[in-house]
Amino acid sequence: MSAVQPELLRVTGLSVSYRLHEAGRRAALLHAVRDVSFELAGGQTLGIVGESGSGKSSIARALLRLVPASSGQACFDGQDLLQLRGAPLQRMRRSLQLIFQDPLASLDPRMSAEETVSEPLRVFEPALSAAERSARARVMLEAVGLSERYLPRLPHELSGGQAQRIAIARALILRPRLLFCDEPLSSLDVSIKSQIGNLLMQLQAQLGLSMVFISHDLAAVRFACSRVLVLYLGRVMELADRDALFSAARHPYTRALLQSAPLPDPRLARRRPAGTLGGEIPSPLAPPSGCVFRTRCAHAIDRCAAQIPALRRVGGSLVACHRAEEIAPY
Amino acid sequence: MNSPSSAEPLLQLQDVSVAYRTASGAAVPVVRGVNLQLAPGEILGLAGESGSGKTQLLLSIIGLNGQHAQLTGSVRYRGQELLGRPIAELNRVRGARIATVFQDPATALNPYLPIGRQLSEVLRFHGGVPGRLARERACELLEAVQVADPQRRLQQYPHELSGGMRQRVVIAMALMASPEILLADEPTTALDVTVQSQILRLLLQLRERHGIAMVLVSHDMGVIAGLADRVAVMYAGRIVEQAGIDALFEQPQHPYSEALQRCVPSLAGPLPQRLPSIPGAPPDPAALAPGCAFAPRCAYRLALCEQRLPELREAGPGHWKACHYDQPLGRLRGELT
Amino acid sequence: MSSQVLARLRAQRLTRIAAAVLAAIVLASLLVPWLSPYDSYTPDFALLSHPPMLAGAHVLGTDPLGRDLLVRVMWGCRISLAIGVVATLMSVLIGVSWGAIAGYAGGTTDQLMMRVVDVLYSVPFVPFVIVLTVLFGRGLWLIFLAIGAVSWLDIARIVRGQTLSLKQREFIEAARIAGVHGIGMIRRHIVPNLLGIVAVYATLTIPAVILFEALLSFLGMGVQSPMASLGSLVADGASDMQSHPHLLIVPAAFLTAIIYAFNYLGDGLRKALDPRGQP
Repeated sequence: MSAVQPELLRVTGLSVSYRLHEAGRRAALLHAVRDVSFELAGGQTLGIVGESGSGKSSIARALLRLVPASSGQACFDGQDLLQLRGAPLQRMRRSLQLIFQDPLASLDPRMSAEETVSEPLRVFEPALSAAERSARARVMLEAVGLSERYLPRLPHELSGGQAQRIAIARALILRPRLLFCDEPLSSLDVSIKSQIGNLLMQLQAQLGLSMVFISHDLAAVRFACSRVLVLYLGRVMELADRDALFSAARHPYTRALLQSAPLPDPRLARRRPAGTLGGEIPSPLAPPSGCVFRTRCAHAIDRCAAQIPALRRVGGSLVACHRAEEIAPY
Repeated sequence: MNSPSSAEPLLQLQDVSVAYRTASGAAVPVVRGVNLQLAPGEILGLAGESGSGKTQLLLSIIGLNGQHAQLTGSVRYRGQELLGRPIAELNRVRGARIATVFQDPATALNPYLPIGRQLSEVLRFHGGVPGRLARERACELLEAVQVADPQRRLQQYPHELSGGMRQRVVIAMALMASPEILLADEPTTALDVTVQSQILRLLLQLRERHGIAMVLVSHDMGVIAGLADRVAVMYAGRIVEQAGIDALFEQPQHPYSEALQRCVPSLAGPLPQRLPSIPGAPPDPAALAPGCAFAPRCAYRLALCEQRLPELREAGPGHWKACHYDQPLGRLRGELT
Repeated sequence: MSSQVLARLRAQRLTRIAAAVLAAIVLASLLVPWLSPYDSYTPDFALLSHPPMLAGAHVLGTDPLGRDLLVRVMWGCRISLAIGVVATLMSVLIGVSWGAIAGYAGGTTDQLMMRVVDVLYSVPFVPFVIVLTVLFGRGLWLIFLAIGAVSWLDIARIVRGQTLSLKQREFIEAARIAGVHGIGMIRRHIVPNLLGIVAVYATLTIPAVILFEALLSFLGMGVQSPMASLGSLVADGASDMQSHPHLLIVPAAFLTAIIYAFNYLGDGLRKALDPRGQP
């Protein structure tokens, strides 16, 4: 086990809102992310788990400055990511990268694998000659398990798994310090998921990367991450170490997620308590007052509607629930 | 629980094959010689990854494969042959006796018509039921699929409903004419996990209360494990293993089924350093080698496997496998190479 | 991808015919004047406005000044095609740059740039050309100027629309994260993914340009004698239509053939690039 590394990223109070324009009505404000805070140490993997409307993708996009954050700070390497502009912002791109959910969509359909992978080199190391770029691309392709046969291939000639490998090669060619993975395995076949999952873990160990692994697939998160953040309607419900979360989840929503996840074993599935979560996820445009989860929570009391629960320490985890101490962990 | 009876099967597929004609004239086989049975009230799972042919097989039951598909074999519903029947006759079966639920509720519903219209349309087409009666039935069914406030929902348009709600409406639409069989292709893949488990429980309830048989296609073994009585695992257009749900998970007989189960990370239990994975990738249906299609990726492969196509044979009571390897599969440690 | 596109192109019969016709006309326009004993401007006073004598000396007849019509029409094809291609190239260059920059920049820049396009759109072409003629006199280059000033507008609008939708695609986001931005993004990612649409529109712009030039010539503002474009030949022929119909029919036939050919080619290209589109 590696020694505890110094803190790499500290996010405080991150909020992201989108202005929606509908014909004939005044613009509505969609709060995708509300007051999210977490830290990430070097070499660590943080999982961000949530369903649709949870804001998990918006967090990554805001930190990567693809969408504007409405408030908060993100301290990375002594700088606030959210305040960077111009040249420092551009420099930051060397250190933070992203893998997308749909690998084929994330590749330019007209560029070969070699061109795609070497593009970051063109931008950040313009002094390199074409031959040097090509050599680096080849090395990178090998590192992700593709032979140089794949260099001239276009995206439509690649399978999902191969395309994701190319995307990983592109993301890692500049040796970033932090890699965001937005549902990197979701669109892949089962047998390929595990290949790519292993590849990510292996590269992380080799390059000393920190990762933020965003997914709705709890089992994958359990495999890949050492800490997990659970989001619902843009707010943090629980932030805990992996083992604590999966064996003793404290927040009712986390428990509902764990109970709903399909178990690939019919005997276990039958033995599971049948407490399915009723209701639907409320619209992010009209979130419930107080605790956003209260409309579906079996343990909701009056206080839950009146006061937003703060994220506080219960046991070894951080939980945003007024009744966290009373509810037995799942 | 309804167990498969030995009486006349509801649906019987014999040697069904589907091939697509390409521009060059060659025929690409996507389903190859499938034999399947569905008993009344039974839930049959079709498991496999993309390219396995499971969706094409499902579509072939009611002839929805498209104009470039060539179907051979026999598909019998209650003894009646469905394959090759003219569209007009098939339409009397589609929706009425055999209904479908597909993956994306957004594309299954007409965005320009209110829900009530779309639901009643099914009955007006399949029996000339007058509007008022059809609407009553629509209301009943919306309640049966656990849609709150059904009267109000009838007036709403699809875009006013959430994803889970839309899928419930699609299921209600499928049930309107009281079908005997429901064909579902990845019915919950596009939904959130908490909504997914609601819909799966709903499907189970429908089987308990109304005895509807189902063919459920999914790439997610967890979904199949939670719902199916029997499972057929498909690879490269063929069924490689068929068994009762418990038997398949307890003791998979085919290397592919075993490998698939081991690939999936678990929510509890020990965590491996590396996830077991299957090397290589599914084969291109246009370039299938002779012999077993899984052989290049199989940890148990024999010389025979690449030469001769294994036939589906009984490996235990109600448990079929298409594999030359005769010994019971041991759980190999670490990664399958 | 391009091999698939070529295959689909070749599969369409109409497109093959169109391409063959165009190739034949281009080839003829290059070879015939070179091989023919006649040139385009020497009059033959013995044979004025002679109808076509297919077996004889002047295959397609002569014009009112006794010049061989075949050679004149071939030169006309050259000029028309040259104007068509060059003016289209110019408008593609301007239109693509304008539209891609406007679409990618967005915001006020986009609004301003597209308002310029709107204003130019509202300028009536023919009076505009008349004004130019008054200011700068007549000449071939005036035609280029007039046509160029006008035909880039359509392409700019199309390119801007396409750029707006391309901007939303994930690979653009991915490139942005990789550090690409501004002109680099436009050059490396936006424009190459537009080329399909641009090729279709360019192929359809050529006949529009040729027709426009024909109109100008018809109105007397196009190419000047003794140079001839198909348009000016049609104009000349029209005035003599009743007594010597061949003077109108021959150039009109070639003009029509070229325009049809380009239209079918452009349509075939569109279908080849997007086989899911309407037939």
